[in-house]
Amino acid sequence: MLSLLRTIWLVFLHLFHKKATIEYPEEKIPLHPRYRGRIVLTRDPDGQERCVGCYLCAAACPVDCIALQAAEDENGRRYPEFFRINFSRCIFCGYCEDACPTYAIQLIPDVEMAEFHRQDLVFEKEDLLIDSEGKYPGYNYYKIAGITAGVKETGQGANEEPPVDVHSLLP
Amino acid sequence: MTVFQHILIVLGVLFVLLTIAAGLIWVERRLLALWQDRLGPNRAGPLGIFIVVADTLKLFFKEDWIPPFADKWVFVAAPAIVVASVLMSFVIIPFSPVIVIADLNVGLLFFLAMSSLGVYSIVLGGWASNNKYSLLGALRGASQMMAYEVFMGLSLMGVVMLTGSFNLQDIVAAQRSMWFIVYQPLGFILFFIAGVAETHRLPFDIPEAESELIAGYHAEYSGMKFGMFFIGEYLGITLISAMTVTMFFGGWLGPGFLPPWFWFGGKTAIFIGLFILLRASLPRPRYDQLIGFGWKLLLPLVLANLLVTGAVALLLKK
Ligand code: SF4
Ligand code: SF4
Repeated sequence: MLSLLRTIWLVFLHLFHKKATIEYPEEKIPLHPRYRGRIVLTRDPDGQERCVGCYLCAAACPVDCIALQAAEDENGRRYPEFFRINFSRCIFCGYCEDACPTYAIQLIPDVEMAEFHRQDLVFEKEDLLIDSEGKYPGYNYYKIAGITAGVKETGQGANEEPPVDVHSLLP
Repeated sequence: MTVFQHILIVLGVLFVLLTIAAGLIWVERRLLALWQDRLGPNRAGPLGIFIVVADTLKLFFKEDWIPPFADKWVFVAAPAIVVASVLMSFVIIPFSPVIVIADLNVGLLFFLAMSSLGVYSIVLGGWASNNKYSLLGALRGASQMMAYEVFMGLSLMGVVMLTGSFNLQDIVAAQRSMWFIVYQPLGFILFFIAGVAETHRLPFDIPEAESELIAGYHAEYSGMKFGMFFIGEYLGITLISAMTVTMFFGGWLGPGFLPPWFWFGGKTAIFIGLFILLRASLPRPRYDQLIGFGWKLLLPLVLANLLVTGAVALLLKK
């Protein structure tokens, strides 16, 4: 009997406790920098698209919501001709980010993407591309890659020795 | 008092009661939320009070469905009975020295009779729904009411002994020197428990018991018919709170700088809050525990209370 009264009293005291409610539009939860929210396509330090159209993200996506078409420019640099993410199906698992070899696709802490029409949740490349290097500043895939692709001269890349002249006898 | 004044009082009381019953939708949600460390509905209108409008509109626009297997007329009548019987009980409550609709000399008996009639709505509603969960709820409601009705009346008899009258104005007037809660603390506790059971509020909402019986006797109801049960429940809370105040807490008595109806309303509001606090804090007992609790513990207690009160009253008279 006394325990019941104690319960009632303790519940009454909750009137003065701090409330757990976050009043959303005015007040927002702090999202961690690595929170998996809206997906963006980042650029390398030269302002070029990082994506090389390798389809790995599309293959990794468990709900198949990424569609893209790879293309190649005159220098042999690959890029996606179109890149489409259907956010009405995306489950924000982040597998695409894990799969991407060039850090191009990244999930950012933004969750405010509600729309009235489902079709508005299909994002095209121009909606996805941002003018930033995202979480990996300074990383430039084509500076490390084995091909020149108009980004560097042979032997000029990072961690790359100048080419050896096989006709010369000198070391 | 002229006839016109009287009609004015009747309409005024009816209007205030229905407003309170509707407003309790909001009060209950806000209070429950606060006691659960939430904020509750606070968006529509100032402090979220317009949730009442939204909820009522929703109830009005829902399909008012009568199941084909139901006993149509009884099904329709049942929700009206609960509201009517509770509203009838308010007739005898003195809200202030002048605001009382019928100053019956058997007021208390009238209240007990009317609150017992409320059980018909549960039984008939559950029976007419022709649904086994509803029927179980109705059965439970009937036996629970039976058990708690008995000592609800008996717990008030102590007060009647002290006053020597069934008239509620007399009872209030008799508390001028001291509230009856001082002489009848056990009577108050027993009456309040019986009141919670009578209005089948949590923790005694056995006839509804969502987890076992879906919604018990009103499982088949929708739209405004369900709304009637809803309003009936809130009116019942108000009624029991008002009765508690009248019987044990001096009714409209209070320091003279504020009008009597204010004191009455304020005290009633505290008890309404207590009802909601009980809902927020206590779990629902098992059905047999509830009935056993009523017959085996509370009934002997209330009889002992009656015996002692009677003996003391006799001693003091000598
Ligand atoms: S986060 Fe998951 S579901 Fe969304 S696009 Fe990437 S892989 Fe697909
Ligand atoms: S975003 Fe990354 S994984 Fe997807 S196609 Fe482009 S480079 Fe490949």
